[in-house]
Order: sequence, then structure tokens, then C-alpha cells
Amino acid sequence: MAQYDVIIIGAGHNGLVTAAYLAQAGRRVLVLEKRDTVGGAAVSEEIFPGFKISSVADGCGYLSAKVRRELKLDARVETVPSDVVAFCPQPDGTQLTIWRDTQRTAEEIARFSKADAEEYPKFVELMSRIADVVGGLMEMTPPDLPEISLRDLLNGAALLGPVRRLGRKRIPDLLRILPMPSADLLNEFFEADAVRGAIGASSVLNITWGPQENGTAYTLLSSWAQSGTGLFRSAGVVKGGMGALTGALADAARGFGAEIRTGASVSEVIVADERATGVRLSSGEEHTAAAVVSNADPRTTFYELLEPHYFDTLFVRQVENIKYRGSAARIHLALSALPEFTALAGGDATAQLSGPIQIAPSLDYVQKAFDCTKYGEYSRYPYLDLLIPTLSDPSLAPAGQHILSITAKYAPYELDAGDWSAHKQSFADVVIDTLAEYAPNIRDVITDRHVLTPPDLESLYGLPEGNPNHGEMTLEQFFHMRPIPSCARYRTPIAGMYICGAGAHPGGGVTGIPGHNAAREILKDSK
Amino acid sequence: MLKPTPFHSRTGPLCQGHSWANWAGFLAATTYEPDHLHEYNAVRTGSGLFDVSPLFKYDIRGRDALATVNRVAVRDLSKSRIGQVYYSVWCDDKGMVIDDGTISQLGEDHFRITAAIPTLAWLQDNAIGLEVTIEDVSEQFAGVALQGPTSRDMLQSLTDVDLSSLRFFRCTDGKVAGAPALISRTGYTGDLGYEIFVGPDDAESLWDAMMEAGGKFQMLPAGLATLDLVRIEGGLLGIDADFTSALQTMFPVQKLSVYDLGLGWMIKANKSFFVGRDALRREKASGSRYDTVGLELDVTVLEKVYAEYGMPLHLPYTSWNSAVPVFSDEPQKHHIGRGTSGMWSPVLKKYIVMARVKPEYAKLGNLIWIEDVVESHSYSIPARVVKMPFYDPPWKKA
Repeated sequence: MAQYDVIIIGAGHNGLVTAAYLAQAGRRVLVLEKRDTVGGAAVSEEIFPGFKISSVADGCGYLSAKVRRELKLDARVETVPSDVVAFCPQPDGTQLTIWRDTQRTAEEIARFSKADAEEYPKFVELMSRIADVVGGLMEMTPPDLPEISLRDLLNGAALLGPVRRLGRKRIPDLLRILPMPSADLLNEFFEADAVRGAIGASSVLNITWGPQENGTAYTLLSSWAQSGTGLFRSAGVVKGGMGALTGALADAARGFGAEIRTGASVSEVIVADERATGVRLSSGEEHTAAAVVSNADPRTTFYELLEPHYFDTLFVRQVENIKYRGSAARIHLALSALPEFTALAGGDATAQLSGPIQIAPSLDYVQKAFDCTKYGEYSRYPYLDLLIPTLSDPSLAPAGQHILSITAKYAPYELDAGDWSAHKQSFADVVIDTLAEYAPNIRDVITDRHVLTPPDLESLYGLPEGNPNHGEMTLEQFFHMRPIPSCARYRTPIAGMYICGAGAHPGGGVTGIPGHNAAREILKDSK
Repeated sequence: MLKPTPFHSRTGPLCQGHSWANWAGFLAATTYEPDHLHEYNAVRTGSGLFDVSPLFKYDIRGRDALATVNRVAVRDLSKSRIGQVYYSVWCDDKGMVIDDGTISQLGEDHFRITAAIPTLAWLQDNAIGLEVTIEDVSEQFAGVALQGPTSRDMLQSLTDVDLSSLRFFRCTDGKVAGAPALISRTGYTGDLGYEIFVGPDDAESLWDAMMEAGGKFQMLPAGLATLDLVRIEGGLLGIDADFTSALQTMFPVQKLSVYDLGLGWMIKANKSFFVGRDALRREKASGSRYDTVGLELDVTVLEKVYAEYGMPLHLPYTSWNSAVPVFSDEPQKHHIGRGTSGMWSPVLKKYIVMARVKPEYAKLGNLIWIEDVVESHSYSIPARVVKMPFYDPPWKKA
């Protein structure tokens, strides 16, 4: 008899969610994590002494309410929501703030365009309805197309409510909007650049496309569906940083009886008679299990943990063709004081600065920033997504000091000019120069900085090509096509081998849903 | 524009009728003399010298070279040793045959695959994630096939390699006529024979040495017309004759599985994963559409048909490669398959046909009917299912 019912490779948040669910259901679970800490890309690290920094995933993520409830996480971790969904300083010294409250936001928008202010509530209503439909797909196991089963049809029933609320007349809107460029969608509703930029930037925050590319309206909706704010992005921080969330997940999993080992690097999955029977660690140690689950990305799972020659040619080719394409750098700054944004001069800035801050004054700006990546260059005028988590959770930094974490786009994985190591500081300079145009004191308050380029994210956090989502979360890599059609149901061609990471449906974003869905399928198979 | 092979300066003047064919983009002689018969007889009684340079050749090197070829090939190469050559087909994920060729192990982590159609992309696709390099070496080597009962003695006169110890489907490095060469005891004739590959710069001197030595061994240069005859006698499949590559068919119905082509013997039940394995397992359990068999036609019936028109018996002295209907009975004519290649075999004195029929009709000795057209009238000629290869001389493997 195998030592464990299930071995999970990788203690990223999805691996931990799967572990928690399986242990909760009474399975004997072992989680093996290569690094010395759990969390994967959802970690808090003391990059600068005294500063606890959410190195990769940030904010409060998009953790599913269902997962939070079922794993009883509220008792273990606290999130601090922010009223501000996006603070958007403009080049002319003005600013637009998107609040959770629609009316309050409409008043802000009116300073830029009266027409846009009138459109905004209608836009939010339509997008929320459509996002509900998209959201309904998230917790579903994608159907086995084209051999759709009765069970798949019944699962689809979860969509009936959202579709009814959307209304028959607006189904064509849904079908039209999904493959659209977000820029086209926003141009239909809004005339002010600031408004379009504020909303549309989120459509490309996590992918390597510009807002003028087809399918970015879908990515906006996908973000909308999981945000928890009722708007296009999540807003808030986890108290103690992202690591506190994954720490809580680990505690929950352990509480249900799962065993978690860090510093345990799995070198391969043992396959006997076409069945996964256990794992071998790089130390040579072996463990057996009835099922093995990989929290790693698909390419690592199928090429490294398993062997590519286990699989059909088409399968391998499809895995090879998964678009990863990371294009964001993470830059962390230690600050001796808050940055002073010109747009907030003379008032109390802390309210606006405690949520996400976006440097994306127009969609053209973002598109131009993206264009560089096509030629293997980093953006000279980057689109920046900033967070000062210390305003919501001062415990993250020494008293009076702050953390400013930046997602800086675009920084393509492969630079035409050569190795990133020779260019990462100059890109960081570009980022800080850009920031200085909005917050001129920034250079004076930086006490330390840490730059993670896509290759750094790959080597340090196991994110191939630096893509935080184990593969682009674009429309053609969504649902039954994620990561590839033949393993979109968390199972793989190797019996007893599963995937549970962000590479699986519905993707990344610290939702915990891939892990939740994978656990459900594993339990179905092991009944 | 067709390209000359490295032997062209020699084969060109020899090709009396300028009867060139297109073989993979190269000029290849159909016959050297106006008629192929001397060349055919040379292969069966002396030796034939074929220019086989147009074959596609790929080198697979690296730590995962064996894993790569064993993933691609239907046959199990896991016990391959240096100097061993395998004949294998490879197929797609659904077990449908893409091509056939030889796979030679040239070094610890070095294999060479020969193929009839361009195969680089397929090999690269199957090497994704594996530690190998794949190189198209097709034009780095000029190749001749020296085939026939005198080929060993003749080649021995040109090399120090002890050919008596080079067994069937083995290969070795050695010098031939002073040039470094790969000598492979393989061929496409069903006879004793060798394939010799040298660098293009040594091609002309190799050809000259062969022609000079050949006189004593009843050797003649031979072209594709002969090659197609002797490969049918040898029971060897021809691409675009007996099957179409699964990568090149227009419709799924035209794809043929390993079993359809009568090559089920290549599949070892306990072989680790190879491309198409799972589909072939399912096919084995549920049954195949076809089997491939040899047919021997009753020429006395054919003779009577010709007699009805006051004509003497006419036989296919060159091979035909077309889909000819095969029936289970007469006169109802229930269609059960097709003949794919046929010929009058001078050495066997028999009209032989390679055919693809429903498996239940594939039993040896079974009587079936095959269509022949005489004076534009269609007739069914009785034929027996016979063993392949049709021609299998004892010296082939000796």
C-alpha cells in the first residue's frame, strides 16, 4: 500500500488549497515544497531588513469566497479592503480615483467628462452582469469537448442564473464583447482618456498584450469576475502580506491533517505501468502515493517532473505552444516617507494612496508601452501598477517607513539587447523616472530597491518566462483550452497524475480555484 | 528545377534514354538502358548499383537520442547496440503510418534515420523537451545501394572490412575504394546487398571504382524501374504506391495504420510509450480495417481472356502502382480491398500483387478475385493469398 493517498508537488497557494480540501476529506496528504517557505509566488519575504514584502503576488489577490469559507480561513487571516479601487494620477497634475462606490466614482469622472460620468453606472451594470456569467465558469470543471457528458451539462446549470440575470437581449453583447479589444469596448462607452486608461489598464495587467489586442475585453471581464470589488480589479491587502495568506492556507491544510515539507525538491514523478505511483526527490528519497498532483506550471510538469516522451506528439506540441510570455518586472522600494503625488498636493493623501495606484493615463499610453515588447525592448514610458501596503498594514515596515511595490510593464522575458542582468537597473531607473513625473519627491525617499525581472521570477519562483499565471490568461487559453484541451479537467494522460496550479482553469490570481477544482476531481476519481 | 545527385557526372552519360524521374527533388534514372530488363536481371543474378543519394537522412545525437528514436519508431529499439539497424515505420498519434525507413545506431548517443519524405519537423516535434540535436544530413552523404547475389564479393574487393562478419541489418564504418564510408547491410531489393554512404566529394571516385570492379561481378547500374520490381518481389512497401503518408493524405479514410499495412509484427506488447501506441492497442483489441497480403494471379484465366480477343497473353513487365479493386466472390463482386502494386516477376515466373484486404480474407491460400482490364473490358481474375516476401533467396540473410 502506498504511503500517502496524494502527494502534491509544490506548496503554492493552489497546492495548499488542494491539500487542505483533500485532507479535509480524510485523505492522507503530503505536500513537498522545493523552497524553504510555503507560498510559491504568494509569499512575503524580508527583502530589506525589517520590511516584509509580497515579492510576486500582491494586494489581497482574488481569493474565492467559497474557498475562504470552506477552508475556514477567516479565522486565520485578515484582509484589509480599500475603498479606492484605483488611484490614477494624470500627467497634467490632476487625478482620477475609482472608488468602490459607483456614485462617488461618477462624480470623479464628471471632472473629466459629463457624458462619461453618465455612462459609468450603466457600464458597471452591464459588465457586472457579463462578469457573473464568466465568473460562473470559474468554479466549473471544463467540459470534455466535444464528448460532452450529462454531468457536464448539469454542471453548466450553474450558469443559468447568471445568464438569466444578464437577460436574453444582452447575450449578443456578451458574445460580442468577449473577443473584443478592451480599447474598442471602452471607446464605445467613454470619451476621456483618463477614464479609459483607469479601467482598461486592468485588462492587460497580467498579460503580454496591449489594450488594442483582440480578447483583452475578456481579460478585463475575467479580472472583474473574480475581483470581489464588483469592479475590474481587487483592492486591498492581506494583513501580514501575501505570505500570511498562504501561511494560513498551510495552517488550514495541516489542521486537516496534511503533512507539508519544505526544502524538499521533487526531481521526478515515478511512473510505473503508465500510472503515477509516487515521487523521487533530488536527495534520492522516494515516496509512494495513489495519486500525484503537480502545482507546477504545465511545461515543468510535463517536461521535467514527467518525461515528454510519455505523451502523444500533438500533446507535446500543444504544451510547447502554451503561451507563457511574462512581461512585467516587480520592483520593490523601501521608502523613508510617502511619495508626494502632485495631484494630491495640499490634502491628506493617505486615503487615495492606500489602494492600487495606476500610472496608465490613457489606453494609447499603455498600448505604446506594450509595443516595445514586440521588438524585444522594455517600455521607455512604462505602465505602472503600484501598491503601498504599509498604509493598510504598518506592521510590514519599520515605524514611519513604507514599502512601494511596483508591477512595471512592459519588460519582455527576452531582451533584444541581451541579458537582463545588464539592463535591469536601467529599467528600474526608467520606472523611477516615470514615477517622478507624478511624485517628484520619489528619488529622495527611496532607501533601498530590489528589482525582479521576468528571468528572475523564473529562476527564483519557478514561473517560466516570468509569467506569474503559469501561462497567459487569454481567451484562447481559458476554460476547456487551459492549459491544453486534453488536460483541462485537471487529469493528465498519465493515470493518477493531476495538475492543480495556475496553469489549469481558471488560471492565476491567487484565487485558489484551480486548487479547489482539482481537489474536487481527485476526490471524484478516488471514491 | 531538379537537382543532380553527387553521382550525376557519372550517371548522366550512362542514362541512355534520358529517362529521369523526380526522387525527392533529385534527378534519378528510371532506367539506364532503354529497357530495364538487363538491370533487373543483374540485380537477381549479379548485382545492381543504385544511386540512393536522394534518401532523406537525419542524425539524432545527444543524451536522449535513444529516447527520441524509440518514441518515434514503432519498433522497440531499447536493446539497440552500436552498429545495429532497424527497419521500422513511424506513425501519428492515431497509429496511422507516416513513413518507413531504417534507423541505424552509429554511436552511444547517435542514431541516423533514413526516410522517404521530409521528416525533420516530425522529429523535432517529437524531441520537444528531450536533450537531443536533430540534423538534416541528407546532402552530407552520397549513397549507393549495391544489391544482388554477387554484391558481397564485389564490395569485398573494394574494402578491408571483413564483410563475412557484417550480418544482415548491421552497419559499420570502413573505407570503400579508399574513401571513408558507412557500410550498411540493408537495401530495398529483398536480396543480399549493401548501402554505402560517403561524403559527396568521394562520390565520383566511389562510382568509378564500383563500375571498374563491377565487370567481374555481372554488375550494372540500375534505375528506379528495376528498384520498384525488386522491392515488390521482396515484399517491401512503397510510399505513394502501397500507402500514403498520414501527413500527406487529403482525407482521414486514406490514412492506414500499422496493422492495416501488415506490420503488426513490429509492435512489441511491452514496449514503453511510442507515438501511436495507445491507438494501436485499441485497434488491436477492436480489429483493423485491413491487412496487407501478397496475391498470386491465375494467369491461365487471364490468358483465356486475352484469347477471347484473339490476343496473346499480356503481362505487366514493369510494375503498376494503382488502386485495383479486389472482390471476395464472383460474379457478385463484393468489394474487400485493393491491389496496390503488381508485376510479372521474371525470376518467379508469376504475376504477383501486393494487396490490402479486409482481415477476414487475408488467410494464406484464400481464393479472391482481382480486377483486370482487357481491351477496356473489366474482368475478375482469380488469385490466391500467398506468403510475402514473394522472393526470399537464402543468401539474403546468409
